[in-house]
Amino acid sequence: MAEPLFSVRGLKVALPDMTRKPLIGRAPMAEILKGLDFDLPRGSVTGIVGESGSGKSTLGRALVRLLEPSDGSIIFDGRDITHLPEAELRPLRRNLQMIFQDPMSSLNPRRTIFSIIAAPLRQNGFGDNLKGRVAEALQRVGLPQSFASRYRHELSGGQRQRVGIARALALSPKFVLADEIISGLDVSTQAQILTLLERLAAEMGLTVAFISHDLSVIRRLCQQVIVMREGAIVEASATDALFDNPQQAYTRDLLAAIPLPEIDADWLLSAAKTSP
Amino acid sequence: MNAAVNPCLDIRSLSAVLPNGVRVLRSVSLSVQPGEVRALVGESGAGKTMIGKAVLGVLPPSVRIVEGDILLEGEDLGRLQPKARRTLMGARTALIPQDPLTALNPSRRIGPQMTDRLVRILGWSGQRADIRIRQLLDEVQIRDPDRVTKSYPHELSGGMRQRVLIAAAFAAEPRLIVADEPTTALDVTVQKQILRLIAQLQREHGTAILFVTHDLGVVAKISQKVSVLYAGKVVEEAETAALFASPQHPYTRALMAATPRYTNPFASLKPVDEAVLAGLASEIAAADQAWRRPHG
Amino acid sequence: MDDGRISRHGSGAKLWLAGGWLLLALLAALFAPLVAPQDPLAQDLMFERLPPFWMSGSEPGFWLGTDSLGRDLLSRLIFGARIAFVVAFAAALAACLVGSTLGLISGYFGGWADRIISRVVDVWMAFPPVLFAILLVAVLGTGLSSVIIAIAVIDWTRFCRVIRAETMGQARMDYVENARIAGYGRIGIMLREVLPNVVPSIVALLSLEMGIAVIVEAILSFVNLSISTDDPTWGGIIAEGRLSIHQAWWVLVFPLITLILTVLSFSQFGEGLKARFDPVLR
Repeated sequence: MAEPLFSVRGLKVALPDMTRKPLIGRAPMAEILKGLDFDLPRGSVTGIVGESGSGKSTLGRALVRLLEPSDGSIIFDGRDITHLPEAELRPLRRNLQMIFQDPMSSLNPRRTIFSIIAAPLRQNGFGDNLKGRVAEALQRVGLPQSFASRYRHELSGGQRQRVGIARALALSPKFVLADEIISGLDVSTQAQILTLLERLAAEMGLTVAFISHDLSVIRRLCQQVIVMREGAIVEASATDALFDNPQQAYTRDLLAAIPLPEIDADWLLSAAKTSP
Repeated sequence: MNAAVNPCLDIRSLSAVLPNGVRVLRSVSLSVQPGEVRALVGESGAGKTMIGKAVLGVLPPSVRIVEGDILLEGEDLGRLQPKARRTLMGARTALIPQDPLTALNPSRRIGPQMTDRLVRILGWSGQRADIRIRQLLDEVQIRDPDRVTKSYPHELSGGMRQRVLIAAAFAAEPRLIVADEPTTALDVTVQKQILRLIAQLQREHGTAILFVTHDLGVVAKISQKVSVLYAGKVVEEAETAALFASPQHPYTRALMAATPRYTNPFASLKPVDEAVLAGLASEIAAADQAWRRPHG
Repeated sequence: MDDGRISRHGSGAKLWLAGGWLLLALLAALFAPLVAPQDPLAQDLMFERLPPFWMSGSEPGFWLGTDSLGRDLLSRLIFGARIAFVVAFAAALAACLVGSTLGLISGYFGGWADRIISRVVDVWMAFPPVLFAILLVAVLGTGLSSVIIAIAVIDWTRFCRVIRAETMGQARMDYVENARIAGYGRIGIMLREVLPNVVPSIVALLSLEMGIAVIVEAILSFVNLSISTDDPTWGGIIAEGRLSIHQAWWVLVFPLITLILTVLSFSQFGEGLKARFDPVLR
């Protein structure tokens, strides 16, 4: 089937700008995303990269409809979800999952790991054989069964992020948004989480949007890349094409700014060209 | 004569414990020569920030130094009275912190926060401190010092705040600066500018820097010497160029293989081998046993 | 983290001391007829103003002495504990139920609900609480239920304010969004995700409020607005003791000590519970 899983056209998102909120009355709206067009092909992993303020996290939240776009359209699996109300979104949620950046904040501190992983199952009509399903989810991410009775704070950072993945994948969704899921982890743990996600995405045929500020990670994991800056797409193309032959000066700057773990005496002296 | 032989910072066999008896620093020895950048690299829990704090004398009260000396330009900090120590540290050391936002008082303007140290600890006149700060702001390429000194911290971008803190750190011409993950909170393009600024100022002022980071990429670009830490122990120490040319310790090699590299995606991002971790664990256990024997 | 461990040790001792006193007082109240050495209402002018047991002139069986009507002070304190605890539990629970519910709604839903509830709280808190209580009891008439209602009506705002702030903080956490991703609706998220995270605060506040209810009840008894019958109340005993302070100081001092210990224990007990049994604080 050639039809992409996500088809996004002219996507705009505006959010209230609290820094400019007057003493009385509503905050003025600031346009965070300024009209984006792109597709996410089925079964592909797409990297969304940008610096802070680029709007990449806002884009992710619009895709899974935690935010409502102000303009444009999001077609998911043949259905227009741009303005669907919360109640009509709920049946679609099982196919629109998300792994959060900070598992410390996204896992409820007062719930056991079992309860955290069981929640989406219970809510989407898979309440039978919860024990077996949670066990399967834990096993999938390489965590021992004994973790089911633990709490968030009894786990290491890498283990917490595995729980986040287990919960998101418990429903075998069509789409998963991964929002900076390794940025809080040590490099050795990063590698484990990435290889895990890489393997599961392939095994389960997931479509993944992988938001990151780290181009090195994106090159390894993704088939296509969207480079964002200030709410707009700077460049979008297949991964190898983008890295081997970046078309935009900003993409080249981003690549040049990455400190690679190798000796290069000239690196510090080479100036970034476009950034002020 | 003496100054020529003394390293700027000399840490000798430093051990620190938590109240439960666990060692968080395990006989750490390292030195920083005048005008040299020494990187301390390791993952979370490696004790790299702890070493920086021990040098500056700001360890949390629960951490106790049980062994070892810290010498600043040949002077043993442990033997100084607290007040003498503070004066010495105020004049000769400075910190570039990780999070420029929490390091600045949100309810005070930038200018007074930068001159505070010069006026209060070093006893400079307000006017002299002002002139000095302007000079430094110029060195960190802040074009409109008037606006910046009159701003509150939240009115500046992350990169600007870090520039301000770098200027403040160099203002008193310290001999040693502890830089604690100074670019971790920044975007890559800003990180590069900040690293370049630190390197430039460091060279011009001849300051020694103890540069704490988790990023081997940053280590490669900024430092001349490097100590690799794991669980409070220095597992490898080398000239930076030598370390990247031929890492000796299995953990260093594993860390390098785990670090992402867009130029070579499939040779990077390798999870750390179980065997390496097991080796580290036994190395730590052996070190602890050897340490406990003479210490009862 | 280690500082946390140390403070938990401290809170352990506090928890046991406070809990021990409350348990003692509660058992005495429950089994008052069995525990009290004398009938709290029995007057005997032969035994008026007997001093406590260690002073000369005391009588066996009257451990803390007697008041100016010859009634046994210890027995009166024990029976007074019954009313103190009934008021503490009933009033605090009522205030908690109303205040926490409104606070949760206000903090989680925000918008109009929040604006209305917050305004009401502001207006409510503009009344001086003790005067408000006296006014209420004067309108409702004296009696146990009036006292309970008065305390609940005045103090629900305390719960509302604290729980609203806590809820707003929790509602910003990622696990709230994560629950939406899992397919939960707004009310489901409020009850399932947010409520468990504000329960520790509710418990601590509830215990504190019980102490406050004890004080307010004592104040109302003191100004003779609480229970109209002869049943002994701590506030009533204090009021009587005040009149005979020069002849029999113990009639004033012992109920005061009892009152202070109880109120203090309630507040410490709540804090201790929160520190000890909250899985997040370890």
